[in-house]
Amino acid sequence: MSDFLEFFSFADANIRYVTLGSVLLASSSAVVGCFTLLRKRALVGDAVAHAVLPGVCLAFILSGTKNPFILLIGAFVTGWISLVTIDYITSRSRIKEDTAIGLVLSVFFGIGILLLTSIQHSGNAAQSGLDKFLFGKAASLVGEDLIVFSAVAVLLLVTTLLFYKELKLLCFDEVYAKSIGFPVRSLELLLTTLTVFAVVVGIQAVGVVLMAAMLITPAAAARFWTERLGVMLVLAALIGAFSGISGAFVSYTAPAMPTGPWIVLIVSMIAIMSFALAPGRGWIARLLRQRRNEARILEENLLKLFYQLGEQQEDYYSNRTLASILERRNIPKKRALRGLKKLKRQGYITRHPEGWALTAEGETRGKRVVRLHRLWELYLTQYLQLASDHVHEDAETIEHIITPELEQKLMEELNYPALDPHQTRIP
Amino acid sequence: MILQVDNPVVEVHDLTVSYDRKPVLWGVDLTLPAGSLVGVIGPNGAGKSTLIKAIMNLLPASSGYVRIFNEPIKQVRKRISYVPQRESVDWDFPASVFDVVLMGRYGNLGLFKRPRKADKDAAMQALEKVGMQGFAERQISQLSGGQQQRVFLARALAQNADIYFMDEPFAGVDIATETAIIELLRTMRAQGKTVIVVHHDLQSASQYFDWVVLLNMRLVASGPTEQVLTQELLEQTYGGKLTVLSKVGDLLQKQQFPARER
Repeated sequence: MSDFLEFFSFADANIRYVTLGSVLLASSSAVVGCFTLLRKRALVGDAVAHAVLPGVCLAFILSGTKNPFILLIGAFVTGWISLVTIDYITSRSRIKEDTAIGLVLSVFFGIGILLLTSIQHSGNAAQSGLDKFLFGKAASLVGEDLIVFSAVAVLLLVTTLLFYKELKLLCFDEVYAKSIGFPVRSLELLLTTLTVFAVVVGIQAVGVVLMAAMLITPAAAARFWTERLGVMLVLAALIGAFSGISGAFVSYTAPAMPTGPWIVLIVSMIAIMSFALAPGRGWIARLLRQRRNEARILEENLLKLFYQLGEQQEDYYSNRTLASILERRNIPKKRALRGLKKLKRQGYITRHPEGWALTAEGETRGKRVVRLHRLWELYLTQYLQLASDHVHEDAETIEHIITPELEQKLMEELNYPALDPHQTRIP
Repeated sequence: MILQVDNPVVEVHDLTVSYDRKPVLWGVDLTLPAGSLVGVIGPNGAGKSTLIKAIMNLLPASSGYVRIFNEPIKQVRKRISYVPQRESVDWDFPASVFDVVLMGRYGNLGLFKRPRKADKDAAMQALEKVGMQGFAERQISQLSGGQQQRVFLARALAQNADIYFMDEPFAGVDIATETAIIELLRTMRAQGKTVIVVHHDLQSASQYFDWVVLLNMRLVASGPTEQVLTQELLEQTYGGKLTVLSKVGDLLQKQQFPARER
């Protein structure tokens, strides 16, 4: 707890820098990731992330220092080569993109691990810390590193904003973009370069292995909450920033812990929550919609039964016992009772000592369901040439979803009929 | 029956287009008159979409060249508008109807510039022309096929171009949309615009278009509708592919042979 307060008071300048750095890195890669995701090139980010490792190692071997600027250039070069290789393989051979990505990813990463191992066994004292690139370490983001990487992150954000309109069109409709004279090849190159840069700066915090999650997961989570690209970018950036802060905090309180897995775990939790909770698209919203539908079907079926009993006895408002209602239709008793109580609360029926009775509103609604049922049966026999003994089941469902406008249209098309296919009156 | 016109808006000269070295269009040579409604008609796989894409330089040509308004395409991009096939994009994209129509103004805006008030007005007017003004804020993922088509049309209209290329605008739309679109195309023709439409329904073709291009891997006919839509020419178009032509095409692909000697 004291760690928490100490960290989030941001009294320590070091903590301030580390936090600022992580936020910038994570949010810039999240913003670029939105476009990568919408362009359906999510896996490419993964390939680049892994392909960056040999570049970092080579830059170190050649320069002998851990100067962030030089390492960054090395990472950028091999990351970029990997993308060009994927494009080349896909366009010049029969190999499809997913296979090409798999090939490039493993070959580049393999070389990277090879180089890293040989550096570690070389006895070079300067090499310590290079392995941070594997799983990331936000806390090591200080001094020169912080300045270089943050500058790149800001540059990424600014470029994405400047080219917002162009990238949006590129992701939505590339061919149209070409037809209005957009330099599509250059824009593609730009997005590729942005992706590589986002990966290169992000690995400092998350590491090579898990970088793809940093690129794609915030975007995927944000997509659940909005239908606007602008809002999606902001949300993804916020999600990225939040996980960045968390990563920095973990890195501060537990220095032995790699930051990457923590950041990825947090951002994945947010994604899973979005998947479950988001309105409309989310899993819980869907579940609720289903339950609402089920409740509606039950209620309308009960009202229909009341109405049908009324039809039979030419008396719509007398009391009915539960048993007499369930005689006509098999509804589990507990469910039926629950439905009846709800209908009473809604004012469609009233409760009496000797049973339940329809109110005027209940009669109207019950009548409507029966009418829709019979109208639909008639429609099926007339327009779909179905036999009259084959239409009941279908009408059982459709009676619940027909809107008043559709009802009107149905009446018109059937020319305001009086009888259904079973020669029963349509109320 | 390949009629060439004087002062054409579109001039296609010996155009051959290949996919992976296999020609799908052979030596198309045609001219189209200004201010007309042109139908490009032929069976599946005849190269109809390929033709209009190659004319707009969205696909590279293996040989031949195209001139529009007697200029190379690059000089007249702003006077040309394209309506791609509805299925060519993923409609589950985070954008509203208005966002998509506004894209029609991007070409005039240039890089970095944000759409101005005037561009938004133009987009709204285009939406009104296709009867979708009430849907401006609607998410594009919620549109029906006919509405999607209208949105694409509105986007093209927002460009205020002089020549329009439309890829199957009538495919999979309801009758109301089809009538609305054809009315719109006629209005555009009355304003002196040229509209070139890829179309697959022979029956309506004779009513819709005043110039017809018949295509089946090669140009079969190009001329006024009543002269082109004849029994004989239709049989040539729909009577199957030319066997020798397809075989030679396959051979070019297999041997990775260029379509022209260098």
